[in-house]
Amino acid sequence: MPNFKTRILANQEIAPGYWRMRIQAPGAVAACRPGQFLMFRVQLSLLPLLRRPFGIFRTGFQPSDVDGLPPVEYLEILYKVVGQGTAMMSELHQGDRVEILSPLGRGFDPGQPGREKILVGGGIGLVPLFMLAEQLVADSKVRLLMGGRTRDDIIAITEFERLGVETYTSTEDGSLGEQGLVTDVLEKKLDQVADAEVFACGPMPMLEAVHRICSRHGVPLQVSLEALMACGVGACLGCVVKGAGHSDENPRYLCTCKEGPVFRSEQLDWSRLEKTDSFCEGCKQ
Amino acid sequence: MKVSLAVEVAGIQMKNPVMPASGTFGYGEEYAPYIDLNNLGAIVTKGLSLRPKAGNPTPRITETVSGMLNAIGLQNVGVDAFIEHKMPFLRELNTPVIANFFGNTLDEYGEVARRLDAIPELAGVELNISCPNVKQGGIVFGTDPKAAFDAVNVVRKNLRKPLIVKLTPNVTDITEIARAAEDAGADALSCINTITGMAIDVRTRRPKIANRTGGLSGPAIRPVAVRMVHQVVQAVKIPVIGVGGISTAEDALEFLIAGASAVQVGTANFVDPDAMQKVIDGLERFCLEEGIGDIRTLIGSLEGQ
Ligand SMILES: Cc1cc2nc3c(=O)[nH]c(=O)nc-3n(C[C@H](O)[C@H](O)[C@H](O)COP(=O)(O)OP(=O)(O)OC[C@H]3O[C@@H](n4cnc5c(N)ncnc54)[C@H](O)[C@@H]3O)c2cc1C
Ligand SMILES: Cc1cc2nc3c(=O)[nH]c(=O)nc-3n(C[C@H](O)[C@H](O)[C@H](O)COP(=O)(O)O)c2cc1C
Ligand code: FES
Repeated sequence: MPNFKTRILANQEIAPGYWRMRIQAPGAVAACRPGQFLMFRVQLSLLPLLRRPFGIFRTGFQPSDVDGLPPVEYLEILYKVVGQGTAMMSELHQGDRVEILSPLGRGFDPGQPGREKILVGGGIGLVPLFMLAEQLVADSKVRLLMGGRTRDDIIAITEFERLGVETYTSTEDGSLGEQGLVTDVLEKKLDQVADAEVFACGPMPMLEAVHRICSRHGVPLQVSLEALMACGVGACLGCVVKGAGHSDENPRYLCTCKEGPVFRSEQLDWSRLEKTDSFCEGCKQ
Repeated sequence: MKVSLAVEVAGIQMKNPVMPASGTFGYGEEYAPYIDLNNLGAIVTKGLSLRPKAGNPTPRITETVSGMLNAIGLQNVGVDAFIEHKMPFLRELNTPVIANFFGNTLDEYGEVARRLDAIPELAGVELNISCPNVKQGGIVFGTDPKAAFDAVNVVRKNLRKPLIVKLTPNVTDITEIARAAEDAGADALSCINTITGMAIDVRTRRPKIANRTGGLSGPAIRPVAVRMVHQVVQAVKIPVIGVGGISTAEDALEFLIAGASAVQVGTANFVDPDAMQKVIDGLERFCLEEGIGDIRTLIGSLEGQ
């Protein structure tokens, strides 16, 4: 199901500024892997011009509204309204026609069965972690550490809990869960567990901190990055990040859309990932 | 009625006049899952250089009104890796392949041309003398008639294949450069490359792309491109390929009527990977509706001159 026209099944505000959109998508359940994303065409006109990238939150089936017809296959995105495109998306309704390119990119590697899995989400960065959790709970203990600026930034937690994931929340203003940064919670958790793997998605400064903590504990880490994207398929080279071993003389750029958005932390050159390398307006905490 | 969309540019036979613009279609394989590459008039690759090129720091792109700015900086695998890793895929296609390339020095232009000339399955080459993003190379060749002549001339001496020269719009008079390229032995011209632009983040007060300036492309530049194609067609005898802001068949028709023999679709591929197929289908439909049996009769059919 690469590029297809389809319709919206539902589009609702789930917390102030955060929306959930369910899109009809035949074949999505089999095709989408945890950590993959889609490119959403906001309008069939040329405003805004480029498609917008969004992580795939989950896939599934819902009963058809017509008796006797088979269930309708869907995929869901969760998005935060930050600019023109996402504002226009929030005006769309059930039944509206949309066009998406999906699934794109490389997702998470599920890691070693049996080992404890720690998922770290910052704000809207939680999105790609849900399908991953669905997969991981089958054979591992899974914890979610979720951080946000205020309680409004903490979304979809109950859905993780329903999967059997143990969840911890922290907010910077203390309005929900522990007061402080999610990375402090991670630090404490890693002091307690001996053998874990970490999967993280959120703003760049958070990912950097997660990387530092995981390296210190010798724990494997995979991160899902954001970057400005035009094509989403590896053709424009607009979305690159600096890879490990990058230097001015011997530059190594990795394509976030094609070689990512999920990278093993050792693939990246953390010392040289500028804040602008992974553009993170959408998930700013 | 049967409509013929076939055109010939610089001796390259194409089943229709629609091809991707260099740098917006990777090396072809990136879009293979989305569009039947064999339906295209030709395929134009990402610009190649003698050695692999890293490109510019990020952020490299930003969206603007009906357009985008990019300063990719011509990141590419280099001509040898192209031959080894990209040609095997391309040579299986039933569509002419045109390699876009550039150099930093006249010697490099000549050397890349020589290596590309040795690839039998390449239908032709497109010489980029117009990239606005590379500090040393490109821009000086594309903006000065004498330098443009020299660059095209050195390539011509090293190349038997059809030679298309791609012009930059970032000049006072594009027809001077067009004539210089023709005089130096170009078989065709493509115009235009991107228009230098700038966008500023008003909160951080920094340029939105790391290179400060970038190349503007997309629907926003179409009227400029149509004007320049029209001017260049009047100034030279060789065929002209129209590029700049094409996303529909109607856009492509504007260029053909202005005198372009074929067209390239760039930024629109990002917006809709099916854009070129829609342009091809739309051209056929237009010809049927208008009772036009051969699309070539439209080329340069502008009225009221
Ligand atoms: C792989 C990937 C997955 C993403 N997943 C999600 C998600 O699940 N939920 C969510 O809310 N957001 C997600 N984002 C961020 C989302 O794409 C942007 O918030 C959105 O494009 C903003 O569009 P806009 O028109 O509202 O903003 P504007 O600021 O008006 O957009 C202007 C331009 O900047 C780009 N842009 C703006 N913010 C970002 C950003 N943070 N990352 C990349 N490009 C950006 C836009 O695509 C557009 O081209 C993801 C980004 C990437 C790259
Ligand atoms: C991301 C990007 C990369 C490009 N890279 C090249 C290139 O390598 N060589 C070249 O000659 N032109 C390059 N161009 C210019 C396009 O081929 C084309 O001339 C320009 O984008 C205008 O067409 P459009 O408005 O249809 O995109 C690039 C354009 C974009 C947007
Ligand atoms: S977005 Fe075009 S290469 Fe990644």
